[in-house]
Amino acid sequence: MKISKIIFLIGSLSLLLIFIAPIWSITLEAPQYPGGVTLFIWVNKISGDTPGTLQNINILNHYIGMKYIEPESIPELKYFPMVVIGMSALGLLAGFLNNEKLWIAWVVLLIILGALGIYDFYLWEYDYGHNLAEDAPIKIPGMAYQPPLFGSKMLLNFNAISYPHTGSIFIALPIIFGIIASYLKRKGK
Amino acid sequence: MKSNSIFSFLFIISSLFVFTRCNNGGNGSSTGALGSSNAAEKVYVAPGEKDTYYAFMSGGFSGQVSVYGLPSGRLFKVIPVYSQDAEKAYGYNEETKPMLMTSFGFIPWDDSHHPKLSQTNGIHDGNFLFINGNNTPRVARIDLTTFETTEIIEIPNSGGSHASPYPTENTEYLVASTRFSVPIPQKDVPIDSYKENFKGTFTFISGGQEPGKMDIAFQILVPGYDYDLAHSGKGVSHGWTFFTSYNVEEENTLLEKRASQYDKDYIAAVNWKKAEEYIAQGKFKEMPATYYHNYYDEHTQSASSEIKKSVKVLNASECPGVVYYLPTPKSPHGVDVSPTGEFIVGSGKLSANLTVHSFEKMIAAIEAKNFDKEIDGIPVLNYEAILAGVVQQPGLGPLHTEFDGRGNAYTSFFITSEVVKWSLSTYEVLDRQPTYYSVGHLMIPGGGSKQPWNDGEYLLALNKITKDRFLPTGPELAQSAQLFDISGDKMELLLDFPTVGEPHYAQAIPASVLEERQVKTTPLEDNHHEYVARREAETKIERNGNVVHVWMTTIRSHFAPDNIEGIKVGDEVYFHVTNLEQDWDVPHGFAMMGARNSELLIMPGQTESLVWYPQTEGVFPFYCSDFCSALHQEMQGYVRVSAKNSNMKLSWSMGDEVFHE
Repeated sequence: MKISKIIFLIGSLSLLLIFIAPIWSITLEAPQYPGGVTLFIWVNKISGDTPGTLQNINILNHYIGMKYIEPESIPELKYFPMVVIGMSALGLLAGFLNNEKLWIAWVVLLIILGALGIYDFYLWEYDYGHNLAEDAPIKIPGMAYQPPLFGSKMLLNFNAISYPHTGSIFIALPIIFGIIASYLKRKGK
Repeated sequence: MKSNSIFSFLFIISSLFVFTRCNNGGNGSSTGALGSSNAAEKVYVAPGEKDTYYAFMSGGFSGQVSVYGLPSGRLFKVIPVYSQDAEKAYGYNEETKPMLMTSFGFIPWDDSHHPKLSQTNGIHDGNFLFINGNNTPRVARIDLTTFETTEIIEIPNSGGSHASPYPTENTEYLVASTRFSVPIPQKDVPIDSYKENFKGTFTFISGGQEPGKMDIAFQILVPGYDYDLAHSGKGVSHGWTFFTSYNVEEENTLLEKRASQYDKDYIAAVNWKKAEEYIAQGKFKEMPATYYHNYYDEHTQSASSEIKKSVKVLNASECPGVVYYLPTPKSPHGVDVSPTGEFIVGSGKLSANLTVHSFEKMIAAIEAKNFDKEIDGIPVLNYEAILAGVVQQPGLGPLHTEFDGRGNAYTSFFITSEVVKWSLSTYEVLDRQPTYYSVGHLMIPGGGSKQPWNDGEYLLALNKITKDRFLPTGPELAQSAQLFDISGDKMELLLDFPTVGEPHYAQAIPASVLEERQVKTTPLEDNHHEYVARREAETKIERNGNVVHVWMTTIRSHFAPDNIEGIKVGDEVYFHVTNLEQDWDVPHGFAMMGARNSELLIMPGQTESLVWYPQTEGVFPFYCSDFCSALHQEMQGYVRVSAKNSNMKLSWSMGDEVFHE
């Protein structure tokens, strides 16, 4: 088997590793929360640094009228895993078909899907941060509570810090492997 | 005044001796730490920094244990053990009321004396702290993951438990003795028939390392002296426990004079492994006795009482080889065993010298039958044969000794109000420092175990009297603790700080041993309380006759339900309040107007129950008494109380949705 094919197949399979680590993390820092409160966004779930984190964040958020973050009511957490598995399977198929054009198409599709995923995440953040209850106990005119996609931002007493987490490596890896494999294949290796 | 009359007595004589010791002054003037260049630096724990030791001090007549940090002397927590505590609802809420049950009924107080940490291989393992109740004989367990009292066992056949709990090397047993001998079993006899009818007991409690399993393994019946203090052997002396006695004169009145007549009283050496053999052979008597075993189950978050009806008793006079008497001068108080287990220091509190027995020589004397006489079949060993050495005229009124890891011993002297350091090899006095005033117990972290931590860097003197040491607070003044640095050749006074109640003894353990195992919250799914509501949707109210149960929850910043109607005058209302929080340090309070017991202070994930008796018609508020959040002040609710014969149905609500019975 040629080296390019092996690399492409490994890349397609590595996409599945996205299930072992969170893709994104949002940390809220305030003096009375030593070490911060961290929310982890996975491809299939939302977790925290302690079992009670999600509840604790929801309690804090209810003062400003933010909707409860309920993983059961976020459909993406159900169909994104299927998209990941499907893409991995398509990658394997393309790998065995050994067709350079298919490989490039797969990489482009993955990039588009990844970008859509981030955009979707941004929309959720926007929705949580802007659609606040009318009867919230704390209302500050003009204030929105959307955490940044990338970087940090003060939201009242909390510094919200948002960055990609380990899991996002397993989106980057298949893309990089796919590009390398296509390049090597063009070189006839 | 002070709990122990002997101390008052000694204090009076102390004034007679105050001029005899001119070497008290020296560098230890009453300016204390100010005389030293870097004492302040040694005790300063900067804001945000943490202490290096947890110290547990008995609260004496307060019935509590207080937790301090060393070297700062900062108070972290007061743990109620034998006393009701309205702040934490200990002994007031339905969950913890059974903890204070005894064969005398509900006893909401005691005189808590000697905290002792559990041991594994003679080293403090940080699992549990035990403390005795001196008055109504009991031993309690404090769980060191929660700093809460979780188990109390009553001791039958005892007239007050002072020599307790002093665990054995692996906490096989916690021990106790009857301080005051009494008729055993109790009977109506003339008090002056003391010599004929009064007896003493030594008690061995099993289950120290197994929560919920504390039990009286056996008791040993002994002559009717006053049994004062104890320590269990370790290393070479593992398998033995030593109890001091006074009043071997067997007097029943004016003991201060009549019980101080003989030159020597006894340290009772008890071979508990031998006692175990007799028990295994069935040579015990099963004596009827009523005593309580109370256990707080962390799963149901509720305590329950088990009433026990009999106890295994060995009679020392019928069990040769179990008890020997070691003659020790003048009413010994503390008996302390060196880290190797070889030296047994008996502090004859009215003696001018300090007596040190050798365990090795004791065994040799037993094997050679080197006995002076027998008392009720108990051999009295020859004093000279077992003596390791005598510290000549170290001070007056020795009470307690602890050890560093460098071959030195430190003894407290109540009458001369000082701490004296002496050598375990030469019996020479190496240093002395005054205390302010009248030190009782002293404590070196790990100094009563096989391994004094860091070879012994601190010594804490626990003082009975403070007089002019702090700002005066009316007639009643604080007792105090004084911290010494003992890492060098000379002891250096670093710090004075007042204590909660009278500290009879203390224990300390490196912070690193306990810090990481602290429980922060209870997961709601692990809460198996009979009346838990794990979600707001599970809240409800049920009536059964005039008994009403309310399943209530708290979360920042509301109660569910917060409006309750249909309660009637004469009802017995149980509020079962579950704190739904799962975040560290977010307790909620529940304070009901007119509650005749206490508030509740509920930790995250826990449920507590308060009974309330509405007495008049009207609408009565309840609120959160712990400043929990930004909208804490809004965390409130109402209970509407209708006439006894009213037709009001139960209803409850939070917001718009109203529920009915």
